[in-house]
Amino acid sequence: MNDESVYDGLLGGDSSQWAFGTDFEDPLAGVDTTVPAGIDATELAVYCLMLGDDTLVLSQRLSEWCSRAPELEEDIALANFALDLLGQARLLLARAAAADPSIVPPLPEGSPVPAEDALAYFREAGQFRNVRMAEVPNGDFAHVVVRLLLFSIARLAVLQRLRGSADAVLAAVAAKGVKELAYHRDWAGRWFVTLALGTDESRRRLLTALEQLWPLHDELFTAHPIEKSLAAAVDPGEVRAEADAVLDQVLAVAEVERPEPIGTRGRTGRDGLHTEALSLMLAEMQVVARAHPMGLW
Amino acid sequence: MTTTPVEPPEAALQAAFDATVAHHDRIEPRDWMPEGYRKTLIRQIAQHAHSEIIGMQPEGNWISRAPSLRRKAILLAKVQDEAGHGLYLYSAAETLGVSRDELVELLLSGRQKYSSIFNYPTLSYADVGTIGWLVDGAAICNQVPLCRTSYGPYGRAMIRICKEESFHQRQGFELLMTMMRGTGEQRAMVQESVDRFWWPSLMMFGPPDDKSPNSEQSMAWGIKRNSNDELRQKFVDMTVPQAKALGVTLPDPELRWNEERGHHDFGQPDWAELTAVIRGNGPCNAQRMAHRRKAHEDGAWVREAASAFAARNEAARTAAKGLK
Repeated sequence: MNDESVYDGLLGGDSSQWAFGTDFEDPLAGVDTTVPAGIDATELAVYCLMLGDDTLVLSQRLSEWCSRAPELEEDIALANFALDLLGQARLLLARAAAADPSIVPPLPEGSPVPAEDALAYFREAGQFRNVRMAEVPNGDFAHVVVRLLLFSIARLAVLQRLRGSADAVLAAVAAKGVKELAYHRDWAGRWFVTLALGTDESRRRLLTALEQLWPLHDELFTAHPIEKSLAAAVDPGEVRAEADAVLDQVLAVAEVERPEPIGTRGRTGRDGLHTEALSLMLAEMQVVARAHPMGLW
Repeated sequence: MTTTPVEPPEAALQAAFDATVAHHDRIEPRDWMPEGYRKTLIRQIAQHAHSEIIGMQPEGNWISRAPSLRRKAILLAKVQDEAGHGLYLYSAAETLGVSRDELVELLLSGRQKYSSIFNYPTLSYADVGTIGWLVDGAAICNQVPLCRTSYGPYGRAMIRICKEESFHQRQGFELLMTMMRGTGEQRAMVQESVDRFWWPSLMMFGPPDDKSPNSEQSMAWGIKRNSNDELRQKFVDMTVPQAKALGVTLPDPELRWNEERGHHDFGQPDWAELTAVIRGNGPCNAQRMAHRRKAHEDGAWVREAASAFAARNEAARTAAKGLK
């Protein structure tokens, strides 16, 4: 391609050279989505929604940082995390729909909206299965650092085990996700220490963010019955000790005391019980898609 | 006794500089250059960097509402690329002896400008496509010749930026193409968006040649390689068949093919509007600057913390060395 004729070359030519716009229509294209024997398809679908909604909702919050970060480098990093999680969400929602098509919300006859988007854009807040840590509104930069640290420590530990899942699609998503989450955790850990030991102001803000997010920490390790019963799943309760050890290491370097444990009571995000913030977030996220149920994007 | 290296006389340096430019070779950071050349480049590169950073806002406005997950990923990656372009360009400017901090300060205090196009609002998702097609398209027409600009670091940054911009333009056109295959409402949304962005896109090439005060010197220095009107004509000629393929009408009753010239004739944008927008009276000037200032001010404590933490580590290292 001649650089001089980039604009001119927009019409015609070989479109396969373009990564965007011509491909990636179906995130699971070419992947065998048969549910393995002995796995309950509906439970598998719901489990995929749980992990997929975590990443979708947190990705949405992270993307709200775009053009608002303290430095260009951090703006780019936060967009990267949002993109990684969004990529995981697309695979997981598509996997959920392929495992059990009956969980996809019905759309008008002939609607071209793909299953992943029907799930993302046409469910109500009460149908989302994400942990509440993912959905609470953004705060300052310390808040995004603490949220990402707590989430990525727990998620990385889960994904490391999920690489051996009986479901080949989940195993593949986990293998990709491990590399991504390892970087998210590293970035968040470094900033956690930097803010803790930086200035009085940064330490004060960091401790405030930790205090705000801590009540949602336990939920990351509180298993929903499906996370326990589904053979292809990882019980998050089983990774708690491992995740605690990682967090303790960061806290020690940062000279921050671990807050007192706060347990989780009653129904959680996994059951569809959310904070007030989720439906507001979805109202914004879903507004264009819902206005055009027959729309082609 | 100290010896002072003998400086070649300025006339000889100027002659060497002129010869380099005349041969279309690159001027590099450590080469001698006239002060006016350095200043012009800093202004132009910084303005370009600021445009990338401010340009994140109009499209960033739609990330949270992107109507499909695929479009959300594309848009977020695109806006992230713009931050990356800002970074390369600030780095290119730093080779001329200014710091990123100084340049950011010049933007925030309003002493340096950014492209006027970003002072227009984005009002529908079709605007994401139109900005890719027309605005990034106009930017490409302006920027491709800059890959051959006389200043090395700028030219090399532009090569990479232009490659990415061509992806951006492609995704915009592809979004519009897809929407035109969708519902009647979507087609109307595309046309309405093109109607709003056509004239501001033509203004992106700057004022007509006879009213462009800095152009002549920049052409002589090899910083700029084509005149505003030449590039504008080229843009119109390339866009007309694309609009036809897309099925949209460009909102210019004077637009027609001129067999004799071998180019399209077209109407003139409202130049008074461009002047007003440049002077700060466009629809979104205040909003864009307020957003950038707020992000910068909100991040001040983080930058201070990072500096304090780095200083603390440095002190610890120095102390450790002293103990040995």
